[in-house]
Amino acid sequence: MATDDPKLEVDLDPSGGLLVHLRGVWVKDQVIPDIRDITNAFQKNHDVQRLSFDSEEIARWDSVLLTFLVKLCRVCNEKGIECDTRGLPDGVLKLIHLAFAVAEAKQIPHESRNRTALYRIGERLLANRANAQKQLYFLGETCLSLSRFFTGRARYRSSDIWLFIEECGPRALPIVTLISVLVGLILAFVGSVQLTMFGAQIYIANLVGLGMAREMGALMTAVIMAGRTGAAFAAQLGSMKVNEEIDALKTMGISPVDFLVLPRIIALVLMMPLLCLYADFMGILGGMLVGVGLLDLSLTEYYTQTEAALAMRDFNVGLFKSAVYGILVAIAGCMRGMDSGRSSAAVGEAATNAVVTGIIWIIVSDAILTVIYNAFGV
Amino acid sequence: MEGCTASDRSPARIKVADLTLAYGEQIIQRDLSFSIRQGEIFIIMGGSGCGKTTLLKHLIGLLRPNRGKIFYDDRSFWDTPDAERDEIIRRTGILYQSGALWSSLTLAENVALPLAEYTNLTRDAIDEIVSMKLALVGLAGFEDYYPSEISGGMQKRAGLARAMALDPEILFFDEPSAGLDPVSAKRLDDLIVELKESLGTTIVVVTHELASILTIGTDSVFLDNESKTMIAGGHPRKLLNESKDPRIRTFLTRGGGSLD
Repeated sequence: MATDDPKLEVDLDPSGGLLVHLRGVWVKDQVIPDIRDITNAFQKNHDVQRLSFDSEEIARWDSVLLTFLVKLCRVCNEKGIECDTRGLPDGVLKLIHLAFAVAEAKQIPHESRNRTALYRIGERLLANRANAQKQLYFLGETCLSLSRFFTGRARYRSSDIWLFIEECGPRALPIVTLISVLVGLILAFVGSVQLTMFGAQIYIANLVGLGMAREMGALMTAVIMAGRTGAAFAAQLGSMKVNEEIDALKTMGISPVDFLVLPRIIALVLMMPLLCLYADFMGILGGMLVGVGLLDLSLTEYYTQTEAALAMRDFNVGLFKSAVYGILVAIAGCMRGMDSGRSSAAVGEAATNAVVTGIIWIIVSDAILTVIYNAFGV
Repeated sequence: MEGCTASDRSPARIKVADLTLAYGEQIIQRDLSFSIRQGEIFIIMGGSGCGKTTLLKHLIGLLRPNRGKIFYDDRSFWDTPDAERDEIIRRTGILYQSGALWSSLTLAENVALPLAEYTNLTRDAIDEIVSMKLALVGLAGFEDYYPSEISGGMQKRAGLARAMALDPEILFFDEPSAGLDPVSAKRLDDLIVELKESLGTTIVVVTHELASILTIGTDSVFLDNESKTMIAGGHPRKLLNESKDPRIRTFLTRGGGSLD
């Protein structure tokens, strides 16, 4: 007779209340009776004042029974019906008491949910202003810190600088090699299609040499470093913030900008021009592969043509740009990291933002520098 | 499911046999053998760095023992196939030291995730259970908050709500009172006892908090740092009253040797 399914029966008890019989196994994966079976009974008997339970035949129960009863108690409270829980299993009773022990915290206002579109736009704009202010503030801090560095008053560990120099110099060589050889190849290929039409294959050397030295070497290393090192800086500083390591520095009177940001900026600014120069030569090598391999130029021809096409000035143009990019990438990474929230999701966001900010700054400054170079005829 | 009192006759839910814990060559604890019985509040105690949390990580399957076996209801945990192991673990709930709530999810989503993954309840039913679990730990109305928006004690309680989501038969607590003020710690202890009594859940607590050990514990194992093995076990109050071992006496009396 006793089945496992959860069952519900509503009786009128002799004293005029309702008696609810609960039977069977009330666990997840079972089809639980609808609470309306009971509320309907309320509607039929308007004069019901009391609700009591009989749970003798409950075999097993878990949260499902609890949610059912909590819901029922709420309905009873609304209707002013007395809910006599004495007939319930001991454990259930205790848990229901626990669930109702602390009042719901609905009175605590919770901001920024269900706002109008206009409100959100305004909020976003204000946040942008605050964000710009923060960026300026950080920039100012960095400048102060740099001035402390040059006057020898900055507190940092010089071993950190060497560590970061290794991290963003030698360790970046493999990827810089790969990318710049390929960029040199691509430049040569694209150029060769046009130049062979005029029989001017030899000018591939000029195209690749000038392209790499003045523009592509610096730009490609900067983009690589933004993705590689800028993101790493942001993630490092962000997780230090989560761990309260930055707070610990502050409370010891050590400026986190001096201690954490400065070594990173200096390392990257020192390494970036070197990487750029390396990338220039790797790009020229890539162009040479195409020139000698596909266009039947001899090695000496290509070499002499490159030498004739390039002046020291062209390299300087690229090297200066790359130093600027180095500062920008390091600042973007550190700024986003120091600005990160205190959760794991926020650290990821900081790393993403660091790369995006870094690349935007690189391209914008590239445009500005190119215009300036042009105006001065460099 | 009625609240049952701990007795030696209640069956062992977890049995640890001749367990050795090690990180590579470095042995943390050796020759551990004890049983955790149904309905007990079992305390794993010992000084800092003696391997309490490591033992817990072995019990919940995060680390593989160097030697020895762990039995869940007479099934050897590491000798069962993966699928069965998952099923065993799903019947346990774990409260990590700092809550370990997923920071990109709201409290409600945190508690709902295991329910959505492992049951075929409807969205509404899950929401109801989630609200009820949060109410049980005193967090009713905090469903839409993110973990970063609430205090450490609240995060811990929310973590407990998540650990209880699937109505586990065994609940593990890693340092439940760490980082809580005495009143919150006491409240959490009370909650643990309430849960044990109302749900009949077996509870394993890793702690060095004396107040908790003596008030809620009904059975225990004491790990020693020096000899790298367990040197005592049993009801903590009984240990306090009867143990002659100076190491245990010092620990349970906070360095004072006399009975309090």
